[in-house]
Amino acid sequence: MTVAAPTKPKTTLKMVYQRPEALADTPTHYCPGCTHGVAHRLVAEVIDEMGLREKTIGIAPVGCAVLAYDYFEFDGVEAAHGRAPAMATGIKRVLPDRIVFTYQGDGDLASIGMGEIVHAAARGERITVIFINNAIYGMTGGQMAPTTLPNQITTSSPGGRDVAVQGFPIRMSEILATLDGAAYVVRRSMHDPANIRKAKKAIRLAFEAQVRGLGFSLVELLSTCPTNWKMTPAEAMNWVRDNMVPAYPLGDYKVAPELQKLRV
Amino acid sequence: MTRQLLKGNVAMAEAAIRAGVEAYFGYPITPQSELLEWMAKRMPEEGRAFLQAESEVAAINMVYGAACTGARVMTSTSGPGISLMAEGISYIAGTEVPAVIVDVMRGGPGLGNIAPSQGDYRQVIHGAGHGDFFPLVLAPASVQEAVDLIGEAFDLAEKYRTIVFVVADGSIGQMMEPVSLPEPRPPRRERPDWAVGGAEGRPARRLTSLYLKPEVEEEVNLRLVQRWQAMEANEIRYREYYLDDAEYVVLGFGTAGRVALSAVRAARAEGIKVGLFRPVSLRPFPTEAIRDLAARSKAFLVVEMNGGQMLDDVQAAAQGQVPVRFYGRMGGMVPFPDEVLAEIHALVSEPPTPAEAPRARWLAQMVS
Amino acid sequence: MAAKGWVKIDETLCKGCELCVAYCPAGVLTLNTERLTPHGYHPAALGKEGCTGCNVCAVVCPEAAITVYREAKARPRAAAVS
Repeated sequence: MTVAAPTKPKTTLKMVYQRPEALADTPTHYCPGCTHGVAHRLVAEVIDEMGLREKTIGIAPVGCAVLAYDYFEFDGVEAAHGRAPAMATGIKRVLPDRIVFTYQGDGDLASIGMGEIVHAAARGERITVIFINNAIYGMTGGQMAPTTLPNQITTSSPGGRDVAVQGFPIRMSEILATLDGAAYVVRRSMHDPANIRKAKKAIRLAFEAQVRGLGFSLVELLSTCPTNWKMTPAEAMNWVRDNMVPAYPLGDYKVAPELQKLRV
Repeated sequence: MTRQLLKGNVAMAEAAIRAGVEAYFGYPITPQSELLEWMAKRMPEEGRAFLQAESEVAAINMVYGAACTGARVMTSTSGPGISLMAEGISYIAGTEVPAVIVDVMRGGPGLGNIAPSQGDYRQVIHGAGHGDFFPLVLAPASVQEAVDLIGEAFDLAEKYRTIVFVVADGSIGQMMEPVSLPEPRPPRRERPDWAVGGAEGRPARRLTSLYLKPEVEEEVNLRLVQRWQAMEANEIRYREYYLDDAEYVVLGFGTAGRVALSAVRAARAEGIKVGLFRPVSLRPFPTEAIRDLAARSKAFLVVEMNGGQMLDDVQAAAQGQVPVRFYGRMGGMVPFPDEVLAEIHALVSEPPTPAEAPRARWLAQMVS
Repeated sequence: MAAKGWVKIDETLCKGCELCVAYCPAGVLTLNTERLTPHGYHPAALGKEGCTGCNVCAVVCPEAAITVYREAKARPRAAAVS
């Protein structure tokens, strides 16, 4: 049933894309279609392209990505829920020439970890944060997140998020961009190939910010959770486009001057 | 060796620097803020990392991160901060990386006050955090002893890949005493073979406390117990004063032990055959030594600046061989030698019966 | 004439999420319901002729399971399919 590789005279097949080396050679536990996999792949591609694999230490969160360190071929550590920016600070302060990044979900970063992320950004901690915003708590079974949309149904907002009782979603990129220590704070989405390509460029610039010692960098990535949103992966991608992008506008919220001129 | 008059908090900080500490992350809290302030000034002078974190929660997680790189790292706080750090402490222990934590204890529970106490004994010997792990807990009774124990603490933390607490009540942190500081030891260059720091020319390493498979977690847990056995075999520390022919034994740690020593000396001058047993390692607890003492004593008097926390461990060690009395001051009150002397007199004039309940008698005295 | 391409999908990694199927501009990818991967998923597969090697499937694949090739003129020491 599968189309075989073409074999024509005087032509050869040139490989134009293969799995990045910084990704470990192991299947992940993420649900089919979960954009965690896309984000992991983009980070690995950037690490490969910048030649940073042997200098990088990644910090895994508590959340679906709790085992993220198993999926990369660089050093990794496990943080307590929300504390990754503090752990990253501890590592970067003793090893300032290494590349230190955290990978955090919306509960980890914007709920229990709110204090740590704000202060890491305020200090201009020279770390990079990959912030996966899928408006829900995935690992624990679909509870409300600080980024859950008004009227969105979750297991702890079964009637839909009632803003009168449960408050409003938090726009982290806008907040963190107000801090002078932030060098690069942007929001992108992973809901289609064009946006995924833009997300990769942003991840590249975020790591460039760290390499150049410019300050705190963060890329917020609007992401899917097909399982807890109770949709197919493709439906979930469209849900991001139709519901999350209007609530969380894509764009550059803080870009240090040195990065603005950078072409990658 | 030259001696300097130093405040306890400052002496402990300088001792850590001379022990080669590479990073300090902390948060202000009375009565230990001077330790943080000394680090703020001195660590940058030595080219080492200092950061005042946004909270004790953040501080302990910064310690956790730095510990994962194999760097010598510490924090300091008081009781409320230890409570906040409980989660991070458990993670550090579960990941089997070394760290030193100084607890300068104050009145509690809750916000309490800023006066000295020994109210965190039960908390720190259990490491404050969840799960089966075994910190080392050392309790100095003077500024010099605090300096000496800090110097050992880092080596012990690395030897056993565990947390070492140095617990002092607030008076030790605040008082000024003449101390001899040790010669400086430079921070080490080589990193342990478990440390993360960039997988240069080697496979990637991962450090975690997460072991989803129970059979794997059990292996880790058993390994921690094995290390605990080694600590119990090798790291018990205590001081004995006038115990060779003692009929009565006073037991106390830290400042309570030091105050009791004055009372013991006064009692000896009166001819009472009393001695002092002062645990220096609260964990591992000198159980055997106390059990042996119990077998040849008429009575024990436990003196603490809390409601009887070490008391329970003394009674367990004594195994009912000796009646035990208790004298404690709480809430930041510091006992005076004459109070302890009065208790020693009572041991002689109204000897305790085996069935006497130590806390009940003490409480009745205190609230009457 | 559109460039010719080919993709190889690693069945130990593919979870049959069908994102590549949904986003393939040439519509040549399908779910192969006649096969199960070792993890019990129906893998994606190149079901029709017409792949241009545009790389969109690899961009959207959460498992990095897809290797993409494009036809090129053969040269004496050109890179070959590995």
